[in-house]
Amino acid sequence: MSNETWETVIGLEIHAQLATKSKIFSASATEYGAPPNAQASLVDLGYPGVLPVLNRAAVSMAVKFGLAIGAGITPLSVFARKNYFYPDLPKGYQISQYELPIVAKGHMDIVLDDGSVKRVGITRAHLEEDAGKSLHEGLGAHSGIDLNRAGTPLIEIVSEPDLRSAKEAVAYLKKIHTLVRYLEICDGNMQEGSFRCDANVSVRRRGEAKFGTRAEIKNVNSFRFVEKAINYEVARQIDLIESGGKVVQETRLYDPNKDETRSMRSKEEANDYRYFPDPDLLPVEVTPEFIASVRATLPELPDEKAARFVSQFGLSAYDAGVLTSSRELGAYYEAVVQGLPSEPKLAANWVNGELAAALNRDGLEIGASRIGADVLVGLLKRIADGTISGKIAKEVFEAMWDSGAAADAVIEEKGLKQISDPAAIEKAIDEVMAKSPGQLADYRSGKDKLFGYFVGQVMKATGGKANPAQLNELLKKKLAG
Amino acid sequence: MSIHTKTLPQLAAGLRAGEFSAVELARHFLGRIEAHGPALNALISVTADTALAQAAEADRLLAQGKGGPLTGIPLVHKDIFCTQGVRTTCGSRMLDNFVAPYDATVVAKLKAAGMVMLGKANMDEFAMGSSNETSFHGPVKNPWNTALVPGGSSGGSAATVAARLAPVATATDTGGSIRQPAALCGLTGLKPTYGRVSRYGMIAFASSLDQGGMMTASAEDAALVLAGMAGFDTRDSTSVDRPVPDYAAALDRPLKGLKIGLLKEFFDKGLDPDMERSVREALAVYQKLGATLTEVSLPSIGLSVPAYYVVAPAECSSNLARFDGVRFGYRCQDPKDLIDLYKRSRGEGFGAEVKRRIMTGTYVLSAGYYDAYYLKAQQVRRLIANDFERAFGEVDVIMGPTTPAPAFGLGDKTSDPITMYLNDIYTIGANLAGLPALSIPCAPVRQLPAGLQIIGRHFDEERLLNVAHAYQRETDWHTKVPAAYE
Repeated sequence: MSNETWETVIGLEIHAQLATKSKIFSASATEYGAPPNAQASLVDLGYPGVLPVLNRAAVSMAVKFGLAIGAGITPLSVFARKNYFYPDLPKGYQISQYELPIVAKGHMDIVLDDGSVKRVGITRAHLEEDAGKSLHEGLGAHSGIDLNRAGTPLIEIVSEPDLRSAKEAVAYLKKIHTLVRYLEICDGNMQEGSFRCDANVSVRRRGEAKFGTRAEIKNVNSFRFVEKAINYEVARQIDLIESGGKVVQETRLYDPNKDETRSMRSKEEANDYRYFPDPDLLPVEVTPEFIASVRATLPELPDEKAARFVSQFGLSAYDAGVLTSSRELGAYYEAVVQGLPSEPKLAANWVNGELAAALNRDGLEIGASRIGADVLVGLLKRIADGTISGKIAKEVFEAMWDSGAAADAVIEEKGLKQISDPAAIEKAIDEVMAKSPGQLADYRSGKDKLFGYFVGQVMKATGGKANPAQLNELLKKKLAG
Repeated sequence: MSIHTKTLPQLAAGLRAGEFSAVELARHFLGRIEAHGPALNALISVTADTALAQAAEADRLLAQGKGGPLTGIPLVHKDIFCTQGVRTTCGSRMLDNFVAPYDATVVAKLKAAGMVMLGKANMDEFAMGSSNETSFHGPVKNPWNTALVPGGSSGGSAATVAARLAPVATATDTGGSIRQPAALCGLTGLKPTYGRVSRYGMIAFASSLDQGGMMTASAEDAALVLAGMAGFDTRDSTSVDRPVPDYAAALDRPLKGLKIGLLKEFFDKGLDPDMERSVREALAVYQKLGATLTEVSLPSIGLSVPAYYVVAPAECSSNLARFDGVRFGYRCQDPKDLIDLYKRSRGEGFGAEVKRRIMTGTYVLSAGYYDAYYLKAQQVRRLIANDFERAFGEVDVIMGPTTPAPAFGLGDKTSDPITMYLNDIYTIGANLAGLPALSIPCAPVRQLPAGLQIIGRHFDEERLLNVAHAYQRETDWHTKVPAAYE
């Protein structure tokens, strides 16, 4: 949406719910979907006299994230109270981190359309508790409050205003999404709100050093909506300025039904949160030993894995990127390669091609694939050894996907084995040539393009089973006369 | 000697010897509460049924030769401690209907030690006050002279023990709320080191300053109760994980060689000359016991009142945000929308002093004022803590008056908050520095109780109680009971 006159500037604040068993400051469970308030203890309800006690697992997950983005870990980070009144905020303040967040400056690399790599700065990531939910539907004139979510641990990941388009923003968001799932610190479920983001969007004239006034778009819950919301907002701001108006600093809400952003509250109405250090909690001490113990649990990170796929398997950066977009997919791919070490590229093409398409069509995750890695290996082996052609393989794949049968069984049953006997191929060629005297004459008089016609006819006659390389060779010889 | 003037060891011995049962003991004190409680307005709730059930259980244990030094001993809890199934009002209309669904750690520990809860003591609303006049349940009267205040915020606890309606009352101290009423009512009142006693279930006023403690007649009694209350609590991150010593065992250590620091700044022109005489008399007793006196100076201590009245309201403004009329406590009639619900529930549920502090606290935390007030106050707090640390490099304990003057009249200071706040001028320092401090009765001033304050190093409660006990072996001020309650 940026154009030659205008430059877009975007920063994202991502909220990732940490996959701890219990809440950040109480022993209540964090599981999604329980009946309202079934998972709200006295601490979560903010009862008089109760006190928060920090969940160690949340700290270790935040540290894990920090290490994975190359950030410094603050040795003594401090919880602060963010004060505001809202019915789903039981204490009247949210326990968050303000001046001293646990994760300091880090970064995340994204790949741009032209293939170049851009480093996006991450200002900080801090620990905080989630709020509850207000329910306005199905309760008549009343509103309900569900505090099951209150106290669920979050890390808020704040980027620098380094992103220059909605596409870049989505690429960055996806990389963070991939990372938190790799680290197994967040389930990444955007529908359930485990992973959500606010986008700070502004525009400025190209060459301008100062940022424009920004609007904050709240709680957009899918990658697609993030892109659409930002694009809408950028267009709105440009229109506004070009027609003589001014962007005001405000919070806006994206409405996916109308594909527009709407003003929620302006800066004048914004809360003064009166942050101050929470006196109920001691500073969080993270020792070098603790950091080392967390570092030891770090898995191979997506970028590291992608680089290895490029160097070890000779894949393109693009294929490697797709294959490492989830830990499970990478593992699937490696299992296939392990079954057929000589064909890493063929494996990549199939995993990213037919398999991805089939999964996508049926709405399945790789973990639920109907064709396991070892079964796919069975198919790829038959391509590699020339038993079937790539084209036939697609047919076999579909049959395997539907029936769950092994490749060899499908090939056998359907008689799809490739014809590699020269005599049989020659016979088929002879028949086609006999049936097409006109085309043969034309070809021989210089119409080279008709070669394809003869390939097609022979393939048709053999049910597509002729070995393509052999067919090419023999056909050339025969047509030449 | 009547039963209600016995020390805790005497009561424990009587229970074991079968002179009286725990049930009889409970009935005796419940009778006194019935007779004197209402006139003093000392208690908000009387829990006779619970008391008798707990006493019967104590008797069962004692009959089996079980139980400890506190088994069967009655007490009253300040109404700031949550007590399961019992109304816990915190002296406020806001919580007038609030029945706590759980026991505070202090309550649970003392219950486990076999103590018998007689009721809940009146207090300044949310512990904000120095005269017990801000309570929604009305002011408490000083048993020594019912025209006078008992001090606050633990005024109900002080009146209860001073009139011997119970031998023990729990209390809390944020800026002097144990020591000042103890001084004004002639009691021993101990505020332990911050972190020594769990704050879980103690309704928060200013979290970084609040500390639970107790009022008793003597240091000997306080030692036993502290041993029952103190200790690390996994539910309070600010409680400290260190062993609880046998405080009673340390009571009789000789004081020879004890270095006492006289806090120069406390003997200033604001101190009532009769009060100074009384305190100096007490110091002479210590000299006789072999202690040495040196003057110490805490240059920053003069800033303690202003620093306190920034930090405490700041924390209170946030701590009291949960009282919004949504989940528990007072809710206004027929709110027309959310904002109306908030405004009227809080406007009607809180009293004037609480609102004043919420507003002060909100102001000092606001954007643009935070650095000038809150941050500055925290820096001052650091300076004061450093002053104390330096002083404790030279002396073992610091002594001075607990209050500038004895008890004042009901209504005398209610019109001027600043005058009221200055009543805490000598007590606030220990809270800001997190130090343990106690007040013991010294020679009366114009027939009214006066308090000697003793401040110790962090976690040096053993020594504080030892030093207090040594004085109480030489004097009998702590045994005095107002004539009407003998």
